[in-house]
Amino acid sequence: MPKVKLPRKSTNIDMTAMCDVAFLLLTFFMLTTKFKSDEPFIVDLPSSVSEVKLPDANIISITITKQNKIFFGIDGKYNREKLIQKIAQQHNIPISKEDVYAFSLTSSFGVPISQLREYLSMDPGERNNENNQAGIPVDSTNNELKEWIKYAKIVAFENSYDMYKKQQVAIRGDGKVSYPIVKNIMNTLQDLQINKFSLITNLEAMPK
Amino acid sequence: MAELDTSQGGGKKKGHGKKKTKKASTRVDLTPMVDLAFLLVTFFMMTTTFSKPQTMEINMPVKDKTIKEEEQQAVKASKAMTIVLGEDNNIYYYMGIDDPDPVKTDFSKNGIRKALMEKNATIKDLMVMIKPTDKANYKNLVDILDEMSISGIKRYAIVDITDHDMEIIKKLL
Repeated sequence: MPKVKLPRKSTNIDMTAMCDVAFLLLTFFMLTTKFKSDEPFIVDLPSSVSEVKLPDANIISITITKQNKIFFGIDGKYNREKLIQKIAQQHNIPISKEDVYAFSLTSSFGVPISQLREYLSMDPGERNNENNQAGIPVDSTNNELKEWIKYAKIVAFENSYDMYKKQQVAIRGDGKVSYPIVKNIMNTLQDLQINKFSLITNLEAMPK
Repeated sequence: MAELDTSQGGGKKKGHGKKKTKKASTRVDLTPMVDLAFLLVTFFMMTTTFSKPQTMEINMPVKDKTIKEEEQQAVKASKAMTIVLGEDNNIYYYMGIDDPDPVKTDFSKNGIRKALMEKNATIKDLMVMIKPTDKANYKNLVDILDEMSISGIKRYAIVDITDHDMEIIKKLL
């Protein structure tokens, strides 16, 4: 009998299609991604049924951590640059170009103005260390938060009136923060005539 | 699949042997490329933030020091409800200004929500005054504001707690 030779099937799979899909996904993620900002602390947000979304840009964010430390942040590199220059001018802090640059990359920070330079001269890894950020003072005698917000508003105003109008203040507070701290911040905002602000929460299903 | 034919001249006998020159395939092994692509996909998936955070907007009254105390208490006593946020997630509420029997409740389904629903259904233009004590936490505040939107109460305000309120709820502490 003649031998019947079975044609050997190759075990190679054509990867082209898979490669296409992978790169398609990759492109999608690359274009849609917005990196998580590096917050030095984990904030456990309370949840609410509110479905209002926070706008992407033009936000002054005030973070309150479990340790009752207060952090401040504004978005936009340009805004931060302007802000630090104004604050430095106000407090007569000699500030270098490097400091301004470092500040412009900081999404949120929590140091008293007196320690600001020291903080900015640290390297980025060090900066996020818990012990290096004492929080922004919000006492009645030394309310630096008020100052930061005030100047952030001025920066927005100088930029454009539209930006100033649309600028929002958002409070990102940990659920465990005790009320007096929050009250203090709300009072600060009211003092600045900011009577409308947002509390950032997690979404929770509406109860039936 | 499109493949280039590289066999031209390949079948030619070389010299004396019957050896055939190997055909060089133009196929490239894409496996490492796929690996890399998926690695990057994973990276972007992990670092991305999709959902924008939710927010709850609150409007605080204008802080005007010229407004007198008497004018602030313009809410009719019959329509006023005071909610005091106490320690350990406890809530105390009472109606009017001098309610002899304040109620102690909590954030459970049958707690404050039921009470708010009832009051809102029976009393027209109910005005709720939220008074967090110093022992309350931020979560309590957000929760109670949330209850307001769940029960559909339009008129509410966050007010500082007074000694008078503490006096009323004292017996429940």
